[in-house]
Amino acid sequence: MSATQASGVAQAKRWYWQRISAMVLALCVVVHLAVMIYAVRGGLSAGEILGRTQGNWGFAVFYAVFVVACAVHVPVGLANIAREWWGLGEGAALWLSRAFGLLLLVMGLRAVVAVVVA
Amino acid sequence: MHKTLKVKVWRGKEAGGFTAYDVPRNESQTVLDVVTYIQRHLEPSLSYRFACRVGMCGSCAMTVNGKARWTCRTHISKVAPDGELEIAPLSNLPVIKDLATDMSEFFDKWARAKGQFKGELTRDAPFAKVEPASPERKAADAGIECIGCGICYASCDVVSWQPDYLGPAALNRAWTLANDVRDVQQVERLRAVAGDAGCHSCHTQGSCTERCPKQLAPTMSIAGLKRKVARAAVRGEL
Repeated sequence: MSATQASGVAQAKRWYWQRISAMVLALCVVVHLAVMIYAVRGGLSAGEILGRTQGNWGFAVFYAVFVVACAVHVPVGLANIAREWWGLGEGAALWLSRAFGLLLLVMGLRAVVAVVVA
Repeated sequence: MHKTLKVKVWRGKEAGGFTAYDVPRNESQTVLDVVTYIQRHLEPSLSYRFACRVGMCGSCAMTVNGKARWTCRTHISKVAPDGELEIAPLSNLPVIKDLATDMSEFFDKWARAKGQFKGELTRDAPFAKVEPASPERKAADAGIECIGCGICYASCDVVSWQPDYLGPAALNRAWTLANDVRDVQQVERLRAVAGDAGCHSCHTQGSCTERCPKQLAPTMSIAGLKRKVARAAVRGEL
């Protein structure tokens, strides 16, 4: 297999993971929006949110999955944008997008810990 | 109906310009009729390409008022209600002269996408039986009527910004063969159409499907390839 073909196969795998994570995200976004609309009926306050989330492991698991799905999904698309719009080489685009994915993962999980545990 | 058409036609190569002609308007006139009139009566040196005149051969495609079309089956009444026409060569292909483009790269890409059928039966073997109602046969049928006119290729933005991209026609061809149960180079084909130059560059904008004069849907074919290639890649078959 040539280098171009190997890169094509790698790209096909990334596309697969982007698609799978999109399915997870579709579900997460719907649940997220529905809960939000339901929860803000009586107004929105930090105390009210934390009252719901603190110690709630259901929330924790749901949003941890949400964050992981984002961290898988976003870098794939971002790498394509970096290549097509910013003219980056394939290697640079991949590393940039992975770094951004890692940032999303860390910040996202940190936020989940903050509202559930802290 | 206007009595005369105001027609601007591209003259030259990549560098050139539009020349204006007045052409008599006739009943049931097509764009190809107009170009032919200009060459026979007004501009004998005008170069253009056509053969069958009935929408089978795929050689007469041009850019008509900004959109790629098959000129032999495009009626003036449909594209120039105000009696004005601008006719240019197809986009995304090098211009040889006037309205004739060099289609070598377009067809070379069919070859690069492994657009050739390769079976393993000999002439002495009995006919292969392909169930007409099978999903593979139906998928191949949906894309098989391509006449190779290049309209999808000229309409594709991805081809414009990424010259290596195989393009809708070549990928549509690959998809019909990927669904041909007799073909024996499936893995090689999926490798050839994977990645940057292949199906994964498609942005699903659908210009190819919108403009295809045969009402084929290369966008669907490319989506099919994406699924098939990804499945094979994840399973380690590529």
